[in-house]
Amino acid sequence: MALPVAFFALFFAWPVAAIVTRGLKADGAWHLGRLADVVTRPDIRDVLWFTTWQALASTALTLLLALPAAYVFARLDFPGRHLLRAVVTVPFVLPTVVAGSAFLALVGHHGLLDQLWGVRLDTTVWAILLAHVFFNYAVVVRTVGGLWAQLDPRQEEAARVLGASPLTAWRKVTLPALAPAVAAAALMVFLFTFTSFGVVQILGGPTFSTLEVEIYRQTSEVFDLSTAAVLTLVQFAAVGAILAVHAWTVRRRETALRLVDPKVTARRPRGAGQWALLAGVLVTVALLLVLPLAVLVRRSLDAPGLGYYRALTDADGGTFLVAPLHAVWTSLEYAVAATAIAVGVGTLAAAALARRDAGRLVRGFDALLMLPLGVSAVTVGFGFLIALDKPPLDLRQSWILVPLAQALVGVPFVVRTMLPVLRAVDVRLREAAAVLGASPWRVWREVDLPLVRRALLVAAGFAFAVSLGEFGATVFIARPDNPTLPVAVARLLSRPGDLNYGQAMALSTILMVVCAAALLVLERLRTDRTGEF
Amino acid sequence: MLLSLDAATVRFGGRAVLDAVGLDVAEHEVVCVLGPSGSGKSTLLRAVAGLQPLSGGRVLLDGRDQAGVPAHKRGVGLMFQDHQLFPQRDVGANVAFGLRMHGVAKGRRDAEVGQLLDLVGLPGAARRAVASLSGGEQQRVALARALAPRPRLLMLDEPLGQLDRSLRERLVVELRELFGRLGTTVLAVTHDQGEAFALADRVVVMRDGRIAQTGTPLEVWQRPADAFVARFLGFENVVEATVAGTAADSPWGKLPVPDGSGQGSRTVLVRPAGVRLVPADQGLPCTVAARTFKGTHVAVHLQPADGPRLEAACALRDAPAPGARVGVEFDVAETLVLD
Repeated sequence: MALPVAFFALFFAWPVAAIVTRGLKADGAWHLGRLADVVTRPDIRDVLWFTTWQALASTALTLLLALPAAYVFARLDFPGRHLLRAVVTVPFVLPTVVAGSAFLALVGHHGLLDQLWGVRLDTTVWAILLAHVFFNYAVVVRTVGGLWAQLDPRQEEAARVLGASPLTAWRKVTLPALAPAVAAAALMVFLFTFTSFGVVQILGGPTFSTLEVEIYRQTSEVFDLSTAAVLTLVQFAAVGAILAVHAWTVRRRETALRLVDPKVTARRPRGAGQWALLAGVLVTVALLLVLPLAVLVRRSLDAPGLGYYRALTDADGGTFLVAPLHAVWTSLEYAVAATAIAVGVGTLAAAALARRDAGRLVRGFDALLMLPLGVSAVTVGFGFLIALDKPPLDLRQSWILVPLAQALVGVPFVVRTMLPVLRAVDVRLREAAAVLGASPWRVWREVDLPLVRRALLVAAGFAFAVSLGEFGATVFIARPDNPTLPVAVARLLSRPGDLNYGQAMALSTILMVVCAAALLVLERLRTDRTGEF
Repeated sequence: MLLSLDAATVRFGGRAVLDAVGLDVAEHEVVCVLGPSGSGKSTLLRAVAGLQPLSGGRVLLDGRDQAGVPAHKRGVGLMFQDHQLFPQRDVGANVAFGLRMHGVAKGRRDAEVGQLLDLVGLPGAARRAVASLSGGEQQRVALARALAPRPRLLMLDEPLGQLDRSLRERLVVELRELFGRLGTTVLAVTHDQGEAFALADRVVVMRDGRIAQTGTPLEVWQRPADAFVARFLGFENVVEATVAGTAADSPWGKLPVPDGSGQGSRTVLVRPAGVRLVPADQGLPCTVAARTFKGTHVAVHLQPADGPRLEAACALRDAPAPGARVGVEFDVAETLVLD
């Protein structure tokens, strides 16, 4: 318990405190009025308004498109269902910059739609909304569909036998059981889109800016650190509120439901309605999830003889001091370090949280652990930038800074993955081992570890994927001569010229392949429980 | 004394689950704690094992206070109610677990595992997966695992609770023989009186965290300490009565009681065998409400005109049909004044 607390105090609480001080304190006095000043500025008001409504619109659109898919995956049995489930999940673990580039390749300047019909969406909000759906489709399908698949169909049958029509039975039995899961998924999507950075940064152009992007802009372009700090605080408060509501709905979701093995609830589609639904979902997945990635790969191959890929090995491009391909190794090195840190800290935290006798304080820590996930990567990066650059802790020059930030974002995933499994370990198994003479440490090694080994691997995979794709925090603190893959992609995209564009597509493709490979390994390892994502 | 409990108390919230319990177990003794669920008997075992800290009192093993001694250093064995075999290990590895924790070398470990599996009647099962075992086999593996580190005290929590009846009866006999042969000191808890009486040298009946009665199975069976113990042992004919001399005035009329019984306001028990059916014009008039077949006899439930129901044990061929009117007389040899 001590290590995770120290980790969070040092690398999360302290940077946040530094942000607060930077934002509200000047010349040794507190200026709380500055909060109001900044928030009422017209340009900031516009940003706040846009952040909120695009998040609402994205959430609504995601639910609209993904809920039918949740049903299809939960209740219909068709060939290729498992493969398709994996495909749907790929976008969720893809780095935001890859999604950004993919949609740019689809709907942007010289994009596929532009070439076919002269339609460009990258100057409209639609590109952002569609990219958000692309990302969060899996959140809804997995959270809602996972529960839906486990609901006992006999409950609905019981209602039917008691005289309810199919629609009434669904409305009175299934819908109330699903509602908390839908609410939890919607809040998750809202949270992710509210704090969206990479997508808006790439697709939003100068027109659209979320809080997250504005914080980055104020820091790195306008150099107005105190405004950035105030905005961070606003975001912090909003995220805290969303997480509190989310925790509340999750608790409600845990009310007693009769759950059954998902394998027994799926049926072959019957009737025109179900076939149409299945077809609709397949088309949506194809157009919205597969097509952008396909176009991305296609674009990266545009130059003859894999030209864009070969250009990546060339340091003379001028964009970087090193060859762009070097970013692949940098990313992998950072990801390994970040994974090690995240798994270590996250496992210790999860083990402490899983104890039956964990007090209020410890359980409060649970909610705190989720904060870095929602508080947004930019906050983390910004906090690191202003808190860890002077003695006693000056890590600015150290390579460990980037893995630390990425680990901070990865820890919540590790905890979320490990916690349900650790909680499921029967306390009396541990007691049996203790009575047989095993010390507490041996109990953990002999009883817990073998049972959670798979979860541990899954958690490590998650942390690895998160670290690989992490953009918001890394962009603040990565050294210019040592960019990670996502940072390199973003920088290439920000430069004019076909070669830069092509290289960005090529790098994105490489990143996508690495992430997708990690995901496929995860899917094989994943236990049958749905997990909490 | 191998094990002594001295005013051992465990409170959950404000409720005392174990209320100042004093209990001694001598070496080689088999003691069975008997009580309904919620009487605190599992908590008693957990407190001895060191899995449940005491709110008051002491647990002593070989005269040494165990406060502050963690579970893994107490050297006692505990067989859990639902066995709690390690699911990811095979039978042999489950049995060997305690030996490994005590640093026994691999060669000796394997030999001992083999012996133990022979002992519990599962020879050659070491490589089998735990999931492939039947309930009875799991119980045997759990027993072998608990015995392996040679605990000075072996504790069993509802050892046969989840098994079906015939298997249970067979295993009780096996356990009894095994403990006798090994000289193991055993503290078991169960809610099944048949199991307790078959297994134990001494029975401890618990009620609401307190000890209601201790004694040999025969003593407890013949002289239940109070109405609670009598009812828990399955006796239904328990009434309040006023005893004067060798007669007790009860809702069932005058009952004959043995000479020297306690006098005044008392609880009186009549065993079913002491309720004799006579023609309807004699004794206490009753109507037969129901009868249940008990194998060796029939239990006849009788409703007197006044007062609580009576249960009579009847030979198979003599049992009257429901609705029949009969008279009842009481046998002093099967009547007992409690308290």
